[in-house]
Amino acid sequence: MAKSSTLDVFYSPVFDNNPIAVQVLGICSALAVTAKMEPTIVMCIAVIFVVAFSNAAVSLIRSQIPNSIRIIVQMTIIASLVILVDQMLKAFAYTVSQQLSVFVGLIITNCIVMGRAEGYAMKNSVGMSFLDGVGNGLGYSLILFVVALFRELFGAGQLFGAQILPVTGEGGWYEPNGMMFLPPSAFFLIGFFIWALRTWKPEQVESS
Amino acid sequence: MRRESVGHTLLVAFLLCVVCSTLVSGAAYLLKDRQAANVVIEVQKNILSAAGIYDEEKHNRSDVPELYEKHIVDLIVELDTGRIVEPSELGFESAVDFNQFKAASDPELSRKLTSEEDIAIIKHRENYSHVYRVKNTDGSLGKIVLPMRGYGLWSTLYGFISLDADGQTIRGLTFYDHKETPGLGGEVDNPKWKSQWSDPDETKYVYGPDGNVQIEVTKAGGVSNDPEKRKHQVDGLSGATITTRGVSYLLEFWLGPLGFKNYLEQVQSSETSGE
Repeated sequence: MAKSSTLDVFYSPVFDNNPIAVQVLGICSALAVTAKMEPTIVMCIAVIFVVAFSNAAVSLIRSQIPNSIRIIVQMTIIASLVILVDQMLKAFAYTVSQQLSVFVGLIITNCIVMGRAEGYAMKNSVGMSFLDGVGNGLGYSLILFVVALFRELFGAGQLFGAQILPVTGEGGWYEPNGMMFLPPSAFFLIGFFIWALRTWKPEQVESS
Repeated sequence: MRRESVGHTLLVAFLLCVVCSTLVSGAAYLLKDRQAANVVIEVQKNILSAAGIYDEEKHNRSDVPELYEKHIVDLIVELDTGRIVEPSELGFESAVDFNQFKAASDPELSRKLTSEEDIAIIKHRENYSHVYRVKNTDGSLGKIVLPMRGYGLWSTLYGFISLDADGQTIRGLTFYDHKETPGLGGEVDNPKWKSQWSDPDETKYVYGPDGNVQIEVTKAGGVSNDPEKRKHQVDGLSGATITTRGVSYLLEFWLGPLGFKNYLEQVQSSETSGE
């Protein structure tokens, strides 16, 4: 992917080179925040914001960053952006920020963000790096979205807190699957997702 | 290569720090008021929710200030005597201005706890505390909501317990701030666990016949079958032994003689004398 087109940069991380499904990065938060749709969406927006802008910022000063401290420089930029996001959430979306608790802060250690800064933004232009960040953020979001959709729907019979499947506790027919609320269920769902994706795009299967 | 020189490295590091710290502190400064307002609403919401007024299904955050205004009376109580203190005695215009956590770190307004007394691990106990009472429709004071705090596994848990006006019957418990492990100790926020404190079929009581605090959080699954004991036991969280033990201790402390016991006794005697 030395010279890829603008569209490629944007689309490839969503399906062809998805950070979670193909590179299996950023799993930690994918397990932790996906029990419900609302915090998941906010988390996705936060990650897209951080990857996009950290990529752009790193790319902007890439010709000035001394090689010896490049990782520290990247971390500082990423950490500042994450704190910014965290502060914004506390001010404008307090309830969700409470639900996400430490996981917003943990975006700092999300390998996707760091990986894109080091692997892409250090070598590419500001605009392309920004797009690459948005693309990777979207790739991450796609998985979280799907996982959260299944977990909230089958775990509580709800979507965005609205009852979709009438649960037995309230006289309906659906018996909520409690396992969906536990982190392992996200593992299983991501596993199924990777399986489906690799059946659709067999070139993603690693040669043995 | 000039880019790799020591001077350039230091310069880049320095400029980066200046830019990033300006960004972060600027954001913190500009958003401070909004965040503080959110915290106040969160505390009020928890008082209302401990009192059973705020219903997650029916209300949302924007209703909180109005509900609070309508239903809650904020009092200041001297813990050692149980006496209600006028805010002006402490030099405040209204009870809202009194910050008891600030008072707890002021030697003039607090008491240093000995290690034997300090079961909740809070080090200093303020001499005055807020007590929130629910206004009944006829204007009399009903349920009592008491602020409590104590150390769990990683952090101090801040919360409220709500009691009936008899100072004995528990009506709800909620924590609004803690940093316990999400999914384990953090499950003190789980509505299912919290519902044990407000279950109308299995009401829990604070004091035993001897007048001592009996309410405790057991080990997970450790609630006795004896109905007399069950009255004072709440099932703990599995995988969160230390957090639940912390909850037990903070209840024992804040409902005990160093906490609100004196106040609750006064409320009881005024209730029975039919004030």
